[in-house]
Amino acid sequence: MATEHIDVRYVAGLSRLELNEEECAVFQRQLEAILGHVESLAALDVTGIEPTSYPAPVYDVMREDEPRESIPTEAVLANAPDQAQGQIRVPKVIADA
Amino acid sequence: MSLASASISSLRKQLLAGDITAVEIVDALAASVSARNEEIGAYLSTNLDDARAQAAAADLSKPLGGIPIALKDNINVLGQPCTCGSKFLSAGYTSPYDAHVTGLLRDAGAVLYGRTNLDEFAMGSATENSALMVTRNPRDTTRIPGGSSGGSAAAVAADLAIAALGSDTGGSIRQPASHCGIVGLKPSYGRVSRYGLVAFASSLDQIGPMTKSVEDAALLLQAIAGPDHRDSTCLNVPVPDYSADLHKGVAGMKLGIPKEYFGEGIDPEVRARVEEAVKRLEAAGAEIVEISLPHTEHAVATYYIIAPAEASSNLSRFDGIRYGQRAAAPKDLLDLYQRSREEGFGPEVKRRIILGTYVLSSGYYDAYYTRAQKVRTLIRRDFEDAFQKMDAILTPVAPAPARKLGENSGDPLHEYLSDIFTLAPNLAGLCAISVPAGTVASDTGTQLPVGLQILAPHLAESTLLRVAKAAEI
Repeated sequence: MATEHIDVRYVAGLSRLELNEEECAVFQRQLEAILGHVESLAALDVTGIEPTSYPAPVYDVMREDEPRESIPTEAVLANAPDQAQGQIRVPKVIADA
Repeated sequence: MSLASASISSLRKQLLAGDITAVEIVDALAASVSARNEEIGAYLSTNLDDARAQAAAADLSKPLGGIPIALKDNINVLGQPCTCGSKFLSAGYTSPYDAHVTGLLRDAGAVLYGRTNLDEFAMGSATENSALMVTRNPRDTTRIPGGSSGGSAAAVAADLAIAALGSDTGGSIRQPASHCGIVGLKPSYGRVSRYGLVAFASSLDQIGPMTKSVEDAALLLQAIAGPDHRDSTCLNVPVPDYSADLHKGVAGMKLGIPKEYFGEGIDPEVRARVEEAVKRLEAAGAEIVEISLPHTEHAVATYYIIAPAEASSNLSRFDGIRYGQRAAAPKDLLDLYQRSREEGFGPEVKRRIILGTYVLSSGYYDAYYTRAQKVRTLIRRDFEDAFQKMDAILTPVAPAPARKLGENSGDPLHEYLSDIFTLAPNLAGLCAISVPAGTVASDTGTQLPVGLQILAPHLAESTLLRVAKAAEI
């Protein structure tokens, strides 16, 4: 099992979270305590044990590919923070060439 | 007795006899809510006018005809807010659709009345992590109601709701039910559709009833159980009649007492109440057998790897683009994501997202996540072995009665350890219930409820309810 300490600011970046200094310090301490606790699993012999992703069988569910009613566009846009011309507006994604 | 304090089954009898009307029930609830919700903080929102209209139009011939049901505010109801107890969604999100269970409640004739408070995105054991308000335990308002379905539990316990739905990922129905002195049932994984429940940890979450009696839990489960093509984890298997065997008793049943659940760390008075409940079941004809679930001690560590991992993935959809919080004047798209999430999420949610991202990240995935999933198999096998010989298993719900508000703040590991008795059934997909088992006197003289937890095999809710009915005080 891992022995390195968690780099909270780096992992927060991977999670798309921008933390302030105080949050980083608090989470550093708390997450290291939690990871210290979960280290106990390293002592278990799990050789040959299948992992359980779901506690009950999960099957692919297929249906006929038929057009049908969905949630109306207006209902979807009603929750969007910003919209224009029937679409959700976001900051520019592609930089100028 | 006020109509607001009655059970579903008693109100149904009175409605069908024509002694009361559904609108009178809503009015009685409205009076209770206006008298006590400010003190308790059970509801985030209510829709009284709409509820009156639903009640006036209710078809009493349906199974829940005219019965008001409160819903935890992470279950979508068309046209109503769904805040998940978070700032991220509280600034104006309105559900554009019904969750599957919401539709089933409508089909059953229920009146949908009020959205109950919860720990943000259902993460917590106290309802103190709600970003919107505090919920207090109606039995002692200086204490937590438990979490994360604390609003639902408090509403039912304080007679602000006839019954409610909660969601349970690691004990979030059973633990607040235990702390508030009501019945809380977590159905087997796959028994109830999760479509329209805002996902926390998809392999663990289940929606379930929180009620004043075991009989009511059976009635409410009956209404929400069954297949749903929109949730591929919802099982396409028949739903039995949960009320049919309810009164058959426990004579001849074998009930297991796992020694690992009665060791150190449990409040002696809590243990005494649970042992008294076990004795009552023995007197009712059950054979009580000591058993062992050897991997119990690893349940907390396993859960706090798997649940945050799934949460970090599920909560990535909250990015400020399609709904909810969006940071002002972002300099680019990444800045919009990062600041929207920083502003919208509270500390517990951020902590779990970071933890989940870490255990899924390159280099740590096998060491943490894969290993936890293998230990999950060992925990599941412990139960499978036990249920070869046992009909059900009896344990405490929580190691101690409801703690004071604010007592564990800043110490998440200590708080996580309080879930030790409820996590394993979620990891194994079992059905489980909390039934009131008496009270413990607090240092200030209030009586704090204690719950008995009953566990049964996957899809054995009928057995679970039968044992629960026999254990009910």
